[in-house]
Amino acid sequence: MKRIHYSLLEGRAGYYAALLVLGAIIGTGLLAFWYMEHYGHIVTGMTNQIVWGMPHVFAVFLIVAASGVLNVASIGSVFDRKAYKPLSRLSAVMAAAVLAGGLMILVLDLGRPDRLIVAMTYYNFKSIFAWNMILYNGFFAVVLLYLFVQMSRSFAVQKYKKHAGMAAFLWRLILTTGTGSIFGWLVARQGYDLAVFAPMFIAMSFSFGLAIFLLLMMALYRAVGRPLGHGLVNRLGRLLGVFVAVAAYFVAVAHLTNLYAPEHQAYEKFILAGGNIYTWLLWGGFGLIGTALPLFLLFSNAARRSFAPVAWASLLVILGGLALMYVIIIGGQAFPLVMFPGKEVSSGFVDGVINSYTPSLPEIALGLAGAALAVAITVFAARVLPILPRSLADDDVDPHLARAADVVELKKAA
Amino acid sequence: MTDTSLSGKARRDFIKAALATGGVLTLAPGLMLLTTGAGGEAAAADGKPAVDPKKRWGMLIDTTKCTDDCDKCVSACKEENGWQAEDGSLTDVQWIRKVNVKDPATGFAMSLPVMCQHCANPPCVDVCPTGASMQRVDGIVRVDMHICIGCRYCMMACPYKARSFVHEDIPEERKKPHAPMGKGCVTSCDMCAHRVDVGQIPACVEACDKGAMMFGDLNDPNAGISKRLAEIPTYEIRADLGLDLGVRYTRLP
Amino acid sequence: MKAGLKTVMLALAVMAAPALAGDVAPKVPIDRSKGECVLPGPEMRRQHMELLKHRRDATMYDGVRGGKVAFAACLNCHAVKGDDGKPVTVKSPQHFCRVCHDYTAVKVDCWSCHVSVPRDGAGKQALRPPHRGATDFAALKKYLKEGRK
Ligand code: HEC
Ligand code: HEC
Ligand code: HEC
Repeated sequence: MKRIHYSLLEGRAGYYAALLVLGAIIGTGLLAFWYMEHYGHIVTGMTNQIVWGMPHVFAVFLIVAASGVLNVASIGSVFDRKAYKPLSRLSAVMAAAVLAGGLMILVLDLGRPDRLIVAMTYYNFKSIFAWNMILYNGFFAVVLLYLFVQMSRSFAVQKYKKHAGMAAFLWRLILTTGTGSIFGWLVARQGYDLAVFAPMFIAMSFSFGLAIFLLLMMALYRAVGRPLGHGLVNRLGRLLGVFVAVAAYFVAVAHLTNLYAPEHQAYEKFILAGGNIYTWLLWGGFGLIGTALPLFLLFSNAARRSFAPVAWASLLVILGGLALMYVIIIGGQAFPLVMFPGKEVSSGFVDGVINSYTPSLPEIALGLAGAALAVAITVFAARVLPILPRSLADDDVDPHLARAADVVELKKAA
Repeated sequence: MTDTSLSGKARRDFIKAALATGGVLTLAPGLMLLTTGAGGEAAAADGKPAVDPKKRWGMLIDTTKCTDDCDKCVSACKEENGWQAEDGSLTDVQWIRKVNVKDPATGFAMSLPVMCQHCANPPCVDVCPTGASMQRVDGIVRVDMHICIGCRYCMMACPYKARSFVHEDIPEERKKPHAPMGKGCVTSCDMCAHRVDVGQIPACVEACDKGAMMFGDLNDPNAGISKRLAEIPTYEIRADLGLDLGVRYTRLP
Repeated sequence: MKAGLKTVMLALAVMAAPALAGDVAPKVPIDRSKGECVLPGPEMRRQHMELLKHRRDATMYDGVRGGKVAFAACLNCHAVKGDDGKPVTVKSPQHFCRVCHDYTAVKVDCWSCHVSVPRDGAGKQALRPPHRGATDFAALKKYLKEGRK
């Protein structure tokens, strides 16, 4: 078996240019934050009806995806898949980075970000939100521990590789369950209040996380010209395909469950067939762009010989995921809260009205800044820590991969 | 004071001084150091806890008397608590609103005031990460704005849209000393805690000249409200959620 | 070792901070006509934040109201008149609560919600004589028993 050699990210002008661009995006986001903080949320598109807006779409997407990014490491260490092992360091670092990006958005969108210390010192243990804060911090700790065990040269520590991997895997499952439950336990709203939200969020995290990982990994390897095997990318791509299908399945189940209960039918009609932005985003954004198209690309023959289909599919999965988040978060609030089932209501406080929401520029800038922060941390970490294998060529990673690719070629030839 | 680096001594001095001046000091919520002032007995409204765990404050709203053109309760609350919401505004603070409900099947229409329902099992309190969304032991649900971080999860959780987020700075002239609220925090009806604690009834109940609103201690069988509740059928909004509301209505659509 | 020393020094600094709070403060305008403060001056300088915090929680959770410790009462006694003869708001650096805070660079967020000047009624209500509260309770008791017709 070949030893995997890790080395620091190379590049000079390119590296600094990348950081500069990312820094500019983050800077714009911080300016947007300052603007929203100074004038209050009145300058955003958020209202007393749509209380969670665009920042939450990005934040929840990134937080959910973060645990999915860690999957690559888990598959390597928990399920003992050789081909994934070289990727586990990058996977762990990227997972922490993506979580940090998401949390930054969440924190900067608070009404009182200056009271962050309060959030850390006062806990209401009945709140699933407070539990999530503990889960997030624990995630960082578990991932760092995992990295340490991975990178340690001491045999005494290396023994625990598998245990650390298991801990990280279990933690990430709990974390996504927690994130899903933030919505799943809201009895008040027609669109939420579904037990299936927890497994649905786990499935979404597998899919979004792997898409982010693939895209960023390919970008890094292409940028510095390190060898990257078609077999490896193809295998990860096919795995992504499976995850995308599973996520779509759970989304379908959630909507079907809702359709079955008469009290939720009006909501489903609004989302599935309302002809509004949410309908379009769900069918066109998540269904077509985020599911059907990627599946087609990932399982196409072209994906075996070229990186482009997998890269495009990953990008589309990310866009589709954001669309789905928008439908879940904004759509769920846009539908009027039902206080008197079956009755027509009106009031001076927009009861019984479908709430409108127009995201404002600062909100979007803040969301993008979180994403940029995730990428920036990953790139920077790759520069200072040996987390990138020198070569990800199929031969170096797992000889089986190379052979498998050959077999495919042979079969085609025959 | 010369020797002040000893926090223990400073604290002892502090308490001694408090005793000397005859002040009333709260050392911790619930733990009181009461001394008699120069004026004789301590007043009910002068430093004693007014919250009584044996009580449960609540309201009964007789919707048969409530007309759809009247919003005296709403304007009284605005006046008392210093919020101003323009009709249809999406970002203004509102604590209480009149909702018009119509049954499309029968054409029956009615109007009722909706405010925080002061649930016994409030979802907003359960979800709050810091515990700012709180329930007093006498059943009043309110926001401790000193530890509210403005995450708005309580607004997501409330089935009654009773809570508002303060979207912008409130000018000094509009602020009320007894009902502070400010940018970046969530706020809602607190059943006029500042009035109830000093022996007054909530502003909306006081303002209702149709006798449609009744306020009192639901746990006291002799209270007017409890007697009335025992006499006639009353209903909760979305009783299916099982939240055990502190506000009940005599008729719902 | 070094770290240990640092911790000790930090702890000392933290313990000494409230003391410093009283010692370095500038002269603040005091109006003694309305009576004595909750605690003697030097104690107030050091302890007013604790006092306010305890009181704040006591009001929120236990409904403790009125008396000298009420926020409105502080502002009532400590109002500083501006050029127009009216009490200045916290926008003015002359405001009682700002004099020392500006000097020691302490920032408090109270004023985004709380009024910073005495209000008619508010201060009075806070300083209401003992018997007034008692009558109110009798009236409430009557109301609660009989309801309003
Ligand atoms: C009845 C009027 C009155 C009330 C009520 C009152 N004070 Fe005072 N305060 C005074 C007086 C008089 C002094 C000067 C005491 C002295 O120097 O001995 C003073 C002194 C102070 C000082 C020290 C200033 C200095 O530099 O010496 C602070 C701080 C202070 N008060 C804060 C407060 C706070 C906070 C409250 C409300 C909890 C409050 N006061 C309530 C009258 C009052
Ligand atoms: C005599 C000077 C002085 C006056 C007058 C004064 N303060 Fe202070 N205050 C301080 C100092 C100094 C500190 C910082 C103490 C520390 O950091 O330990 C402080 C701290 C505080 C804190 C805690 C801040 C924090 O971040 O923990 C609050 C709240 C506060 N003051 C409220 C008030 C209010 C309200 C008034 C007006 C009624 C007032 N103060 C008047 C000197 C003063
Ligand atoms: C986000 C709004 C908000 C901010 C900021 C805020 N408060 Fe309050 N405060 C309230 C509310 C609401 C009450 C409850 C009023 C009531 O029930 O009458 C309150 C009550 C109090 C009380 C008890 C009132 C009384 O009559 O004695 C004190 C003391 C107090 N606050 C101190 C502070 C101090 C000191 C600060 C700054 C460090 C502060 N507050 C900042 C909203 C706020």
